Amino acid sequence: MGKKILGWGALALLTACATGPQRVEREPLPALAWADDSHATQLLVLNRVSFGPNPASLKEIESLGTGAYLARQLRPAAEPRLPAEVQATIDSMTISKRSVVDLASELAQRQQALRGLSFEEAKIQRQAYQQELTRLARESQARMLLRALYSPDQLQEEMTWFWMNHFSVFQNKANVRVLVGDYEERAIRPHALGRFGDLLTAVAHHPAMLVYLDNARNSAGRLNENYARELMELHTLGVKGGYNQADVQELARVLTGFSVREGEFQFYPRRHDFGPKTLLGRPIRSSGERELAEALDLLASHPSTSRFVSRKLAMHFVSDDPPEALVERMARAFRASEGDIALTLRAMFESPEFRASLGGKFKDPLHYMVSAVRFAANGAVIPREDVDRMINALAGMGQPLYGRPTPDGYPLTRTEWTSPGQLATRFEVARGVGYRRVGRLSDELPVPLSDTTRQTLSKASDPKEWNLLLLSSPEFMSR
Amino acid sequence: MKRRAFLLLPLALSTVSTARLFAAPSTSSRFLLVFLRGGYDAANVLIPHSSDYYYQVRPNIAVPRDAVLKLDSDWALHPALRESLYALWLRGEAAFVPFAGSHDLSRSHFESQDTLELGQPLGGGRGYDSGFMGRLAAALGASRAIAFTNNMPLAFRGPTPEGAKPVANIALGGAGLRPAAVDSRQSALISEMYRDSKLGSPVSEGFAMRESVMRDLGSEMEAAGRNAINARGFELEARRIAKLMQGEYNLGFVDVGGWDTHVGEGGQTGQLATRLEELGRGLSALAQGMGSAWRDTVVVVVSEFGRTFRENGNRGTDHGHGSVYWVLGGSLKGQRVVGEQVRVSQGTLFQDRDYPVLNEYRELLAGVFARVYGLDGAQLARVFPSVSPKDVALL
Repeated sequence: MGKKILGWGALALLTACATGPQRVEREPLPALAWADDSHATQLLVLNRVSFGPNPASLKEIESLGTGAYLARQLRPAAEPRLPAEVQATIDSMTISKRSVVDLASELAQRQQALRGLSFEEAKIQRQAYQQELTRLARESQARMLLRALYSPDQLQEEMTWFWMNHFSVFQNKANVRVLVGDYEERAIRPHALGRFGDLLTAVAHHPAMLVYLDNARNSAGRLNENYARELMELHTLGVKGGYNQADVQELARVLTGFSVREGEFQFYPRRHDFGPKTLLGRPIRSSGERELAEALDLLASHPSTSRFVSRKLAMHFVSDDPPEALVERMARAFRASEGDIALTLRAMFESPEFRASLGGKFKDPLHYMVSAVRFAANGAVIPREDVDRMINALAGMGQPLYGRPTPDGYPLTRTEWTSPGQLATRFEVARGVGYRRVGRLSDELPVPLSDTTRQTLSKASDPKEWNLLLLSSPEFMSR
Repeated sequence: MKRRAFLLLPLALSTVSTARLFAAPSTSSRFLLVFLRGGYDAANVLIPHSSDYYYQVRPNIAVPRDAVLKLDSDWALHPALRESLYALWLRGEAAFVPFAGSHDLSRSHFESQDTLELGQPLGGGRGYDSGFMGRLAAALGASRAIAFTNNMPLAFRGPTPEGAKPVANIALGGAGLRPAAVDSRQSALISEMYRDSKLGSPVSEGFAMRESVMRDLGSEMEAAGRNAINARGFELEARRIAKLMQGEYNLGFVDVGGWDTHVGEGGQTGQLATRLEELGRGLSALAQGMGSAWRDTVVVVVSEFGRTFRENGNRGTDHGHGSVYWVLGGSLKGQRVVGEQVRVSQGTLFQDRDYPVLNEYRELLAGVFARVYGLDGAQLARVFPSVSPKDVALL
């Protein structure tokens, strides 16, 4: 309403140099306003805010009540609460034992060493180099899936995935495969339910994003607008959010010199354009490295950002085409809380639109796959080979983790996941999961089975076929 | 600077006759787009053998004059294509369009691939929800389209027109393809559950597609399942594609990677030669596998950009601009190098480093689609908005 755009000041600056994956423990929230604690509704809530109900999450929501459960999900404990066996698997990974700087430097040295080798020898070494990059990326993928499968803090994992998708990087570009695990662990996950400005800042200082969108090569006089453009179009304001080509260029100039050195963020003052700049009609007052903090603060606190981000959250959690009134309410909560993601989500969870929408979203391949395994495993920890099968199945269904080539991230709407080939593959996955179970799965799904589905199930010739049909049912596709 | 008579006839864009508001595209026409991802080194495939400059600036990777397969006084093919593409050329079933590509100057794989697949005007905001193959499928109405890829490529994005079958997709490469485990009884049961849902049509199309694949490729898949070693790479994939496109699918897309030859590209032999041989063998297998339907088939091979004309310090080439597109087909008036051209010399390089783009890909493809499907101006404008089709009269 013609209101002056007020930045949120120093918050972005404070976190610009944060390095550790530690999340700051924040004050717990009071229970959300939620009257209905019926079993049926709790199942639907778990089905929407988590990667699908399992025995542990059901027990938790039953004992806490829905409102307190959601409050706890919004402010998870700083320490991970994974089952010991799963935590041990993650701890044994190379990406847990060695720092990204260490790994990236070693791989860079291996690249350097290729120069002295014969053609044949270099070919072998290049192959080994590529294999190592792929192995590290697969560790990151396995870690992500293990957390989605077993973390009691489901919303934390859900939001980590959401932001990884919002700030999407493509692992097959350059050496992003060695960077992507660290990107998720240190830039995204700690802020997944924190402040949007902190998240934006952490992303802008991570090598994975700087390499993926070519900002690592953006320097004074040789401008690369790639990241600057996506930062406004896809990450903050949205394509019609009120910027123009001149703003893209100005932001690209702000971003000059923000680069990467062997797996680490590095600002190169000599590559930075120190000239005066105006972004979105406002002069940038600071100079050098601090310009970015000022620009990001301006973007994070812009009203367009509050609406763009709220709308995307609502698309993921409510409906492919969320009601404008809901988006506006969330955007207000976003602005009032200076971009507190948890409080924005709370406004959404407490809305009648959210309640009314439960069960009505179509699962993308990731949510389908993970919820099917959570349901079928019934709390049991699956072996690493099965996690690898999941990684492959996701690629087969067209949604490989960190595998979106374009910076727009995977779509959140059903039409993109319902191509004939994708559905046929999904039923193959249903068979893969269903046939590994010895007994018959429970027919109590969050979305109650229709008569048609029940009639079809009654034709199953054995428990395995029953499982296949149940996991292939329209009800199981819904969240 | 034009050095020869060009086969450029402006397409007669007569006003749409009311009788032909909807084209009735010949259902027998088949079109396959082969996308070489990575930017293949066009100058070492369609070799400008009359250019001394080529030999001067590619001291380590040029293909020697006495090794090339001469097509005419200026152009020659890489010898790795002798048994495949050259044979097609001799039969008049192959043509080349040098200096082809988009005006995208990013020299970024991603940007340029997106540009090509979306096929939208440059400069405006790009809509990621609309690719040119998707728009072609929509313009054709009754087409049966299929992407031979796991993910629906950008090129095929777009809404399914009312009453049409959705675009199918399946990766047919060696490792990805396994016989369906869901049997036909189970497929029927699953389809039953979706009978009344919006997904009814894609669910049954998915099973139908699986069934076609099983029917057309079943015995081969069983054989491949028993012994892990099978026909190599793209040749195997192309044989499978031929079987499906000979049958019900008439609009296809496939991509082939491995062309980003920055280092140790090789010349007469080596990295690129090996890749080319495999690609050529695949395309031959495709032509042969299509059987009598090859007469009604057109294949266009594209890549996101060409590479630097000079070799770099690593005996390779870097991201460039203009490329060379290939057009293949059983009824082609081929054995020609077509489109607008310039003599290859230092003076004619774009930005003193790359082939220029003289044949814009959307104009070129619009011209091809006009010939293949008899699409009129209005219909072509739906596929490629604000583009004047360029007719290279290959059909």
